[in-house]
Amino acid sequence: MKKLVAALAACLVLAGAAQASERRLAVVAPFEIKGPDPVLSGTVFQRMGVAETLIDAGLDGRLRPGLALNWTVSADGLVWTFPIRPDVRFHDGSALTAEAAVRALRVARTKPGLLEKAPIRSIEAAGGAVVVRLFEPLAVLPAFLSEYRAQILAPASYDDDGRVRELIGTGPYRLTSLTPPLSLEVERFDGYWGAPARIGRASYRAVGRAESRALLAESGDADLVFNLDPASSARLAAGTAVEVLSAPIPRSLIVKLNAAHPYLADSRARQALSLAIDRDGLSAAVLRYEATANQLLPPSVPLWHDADAAAPAHDPKAARALLEELGWKAGEDGILTRDGERFSLELTTYPDRPELPLVAAVLEQLWRQVGVEVKIHSTNSSAIPEGHQNGTLELALFARNFALVPDPVGTLLQDYAPTGDWGAMGWRHDRFESLIRGLARGDGGAEARLESLRILQRELPVIPVAWYRQTAAVSNRLSGARLDPFERDFGLDSLRWKDER
Amino acid sequence: MTAAVFRLLQALLVALFVGVTTFVMMRSLPGDMAWRIAAHRYGYDLVDADAVRLVREELALGGPALPALLQWLGDMVRLEFGTSLVSGAPVVDEISHQLGASLQLAAVALLLSLLLGPPLGITAGLRPGGSLDRGLLLLSTGLRALPQFLLGLVLILLVSVELGWLPAAGYGTGAHFVLPALTLALGLAALSARIARDATAAVAASPYYAFARQKGLGDSQVFWRHGLRNVSVPLLTCLGLQFVTLVEGVVVVESVFGWPGIGHGLVHAIFGRDVPMVQGTALVMGLAFVLVNALIDAAVRRLDPRGAAG
Repeated sequence: MKKLVAALAACLVLAGAAQASERRLAVVAPFEIKGPDPVLSGTVFQRMGVAETLIDAGLDGRLRPGLALNWTVSADGLVWTFPIRPDVRFHDGSALTAEAAVRALRVARTKPGLLEKAPIRSIEAAGGAVVVRLFEPLAVLPAFLSEYRAQILAPASYDDDGRVRELIGTGPYRLTSLTPPLSLEVERFDGYWGAPARIGRASYRAVGRAESRALLAESGDADLVFNLDPASSARLAAGTAVEVLSAPIPRSLIVKLNAAHPYLADSRARQALSLAIDRDGLSAAVLRYEATANQLLPPSVPLWHDADAAAPAHDPKAARALLEELGWKAGEDGILTRDGERFSLELTTYPDRPELPLVAAVLEQLWRQVGVEVKIHSTNSSAIPEGHQNGTLELALFARNFALVPDPVGTLLQDYAPTGDWGAMGWRHDRFESLIRGLARGDGGAEARLESLRILQRELPVIPVAWYRQTAAVSNRLSGARLDPFERDFGLDSLRWKDER
Repeated sequence: MTAAVFRLLQALLVALFVGVTTFVMMRSLPGDMAWRIAAHRYGYDLVDADAVRLVREELALGGPALPALLQWLGDMVRLEFGTSLVSGAPVVDEISHQLGASLQLAAVALLLSLLLGPPLGITAGLRPGGSLDRGLLLLSTGLRALPQFLLGLVLILLVSVELGWLPAAGYGTGAHFVLPALTLALGLAALSARIARDATAAVAASPYYAFARQKGLGDSQVFWRHGLRNVSVPLLTCLGLQFVTLVEGVVVVESVFGWPGIGHGLVHAIFGRDVPMVQGTALVMGLAFVLVNALIDAAVRRLDPRGAAG
């Protein structure tokens, strides 16, 4: 018994000593690590500064050179050239060559993602550059190459079948251990081509529960904690142990509607459902921050935000009038009917984002007030694209990230020209489609963007409800913390310990 | 010897039963498997029909059930657990990593619960109705009723946030063990304290105990010679049953404390329709259950040889 207590005490002392000897920045976020393949967990590797892409993006979403020095396109828009940055070394000491980058991109193309869908004829190495030949022009190609799935790993990372066996990148941090699903550790890579990181060691831990994450920040066990729940973030902000950062991100809470459904085919019906939503109340009660969306994308994406758009209206009376125009009449229980059919629809959502079922419940109440009955079906997220594909989906509530690539045109093209698993359903607008296709090719500018945004807002193939904010708690031992609205990096390279010079 | 053969046979049957049942259950879950696997691999809101098509082609899903089951049984005989459908890593590696973490946690929790529960229960049982006995009843009922999720958070709040003594969550050093193990141990100790208390009270009231006293043995002598052995038989049996509670608790506690264990892994594998992972994990857990019960049986038989003759 005594021995046991002694052993336990020794354990604790040793653990304490080990922690003191090597100072390590502890990052905590909810994202689990599924394996070394960028297609599975590349976001974590990118955000921890382990792996990099040919093209990078700044905090404003503007593209900038990464492992490629610059980019040029031929006059017909079909041949892109990306000269490779010289003197870049992978973490295993091997040199970054155009051949190595081509290998990585060819592997990435065989896996699900943007490159797999892009109209690429070939990817070759020529004269120290990566040359991409296309079947048709694609102006957003550099943006596609900045995405986490297009990470450039060393040739030794892959086995003969293109599977990633080991993660060997070029970033400012080198992986020292990778233990899926919950943790990885990194240390500064001294052979980094750019400015060296100031923090020498860092660890990443996936913690699924928001309450646990907040407590980790509060107790000082974690220095940088991402994705706080609304209640915890308010509590932490009131204390002094940590600083809470918050920034709007291009992720929107939207209701997808099946425009091919007889009740929803007329855009007036979709307008009515939008008018019935009390967005201010919803944001205040469920999301607990000002998030009211009057269009698809927030002001933090200035190129794709219509600054002149009116504030969203909450007008149940107008909503009811619109539905009456369409021949709907209130039945005995207050639910609208037309030709003996009740205005009753199923709303599919998923609990992976804890706010979604809550928002769905509020929408159910709000729509009932205008005579529309909604049955909530909270299930696996894959039911939404699955229902889209087989045509059974009626309404769906979800969060959509428009910044997978820093230029949302790729996502808009995929979702609304004319339809997409996470976008419009049963909807087709020829003018919008030609505008977006033109923008993706590189034609048209601000006017075309504005016109296409206004079409979306008028036609409502989906109803934007709210914009998301990214929240993080930063230990007051650190300075220089910042939030990347495009969620590409944890900002490790700009951080420093306050007591170190 | 016959007992060993019987246990071996039982283990084989359990393996077969667990394998077939998990197979049938995973197949009959609603929803298309390829969609679920793709959602788990690439992120729940990044999945589209193209990704699903690639997953379906890669894994050759959608074949008939019987050949797939036979294939799995054949692999089992050759001790091949296959690779995870989500991460692509061998299931054996994933299980040994996660099971290792869970076993460590479970072992520490069990040890802690044994240090806390039975000594308190026995002391209370020797003086039934005393203040310790009544206090313990209240405490153990309260601890049993408290959900482990809540208990874990309360402990973090008290010990880590308020006092700053221990890390709030995580894995890696000895200090990380204390809070999750204590969360599990308090629930286990609450039960074992009650069992120990009742067993002790029954033994202390028995004629043979009174006889031992009358022949002149002191309090501690009576207890060590005639009490402890009799009390430990129901305690050990209870321990075997607590294994189930432990497995249940591990799932919750692992998620609260960010512990990379098998409970956590199993839940995720079920959501992601990672069939080889679920089958492998269920199999390992089933066999562990047989092993624990075999060990408990053997121990009980040694302590109480009366059953073996009859």
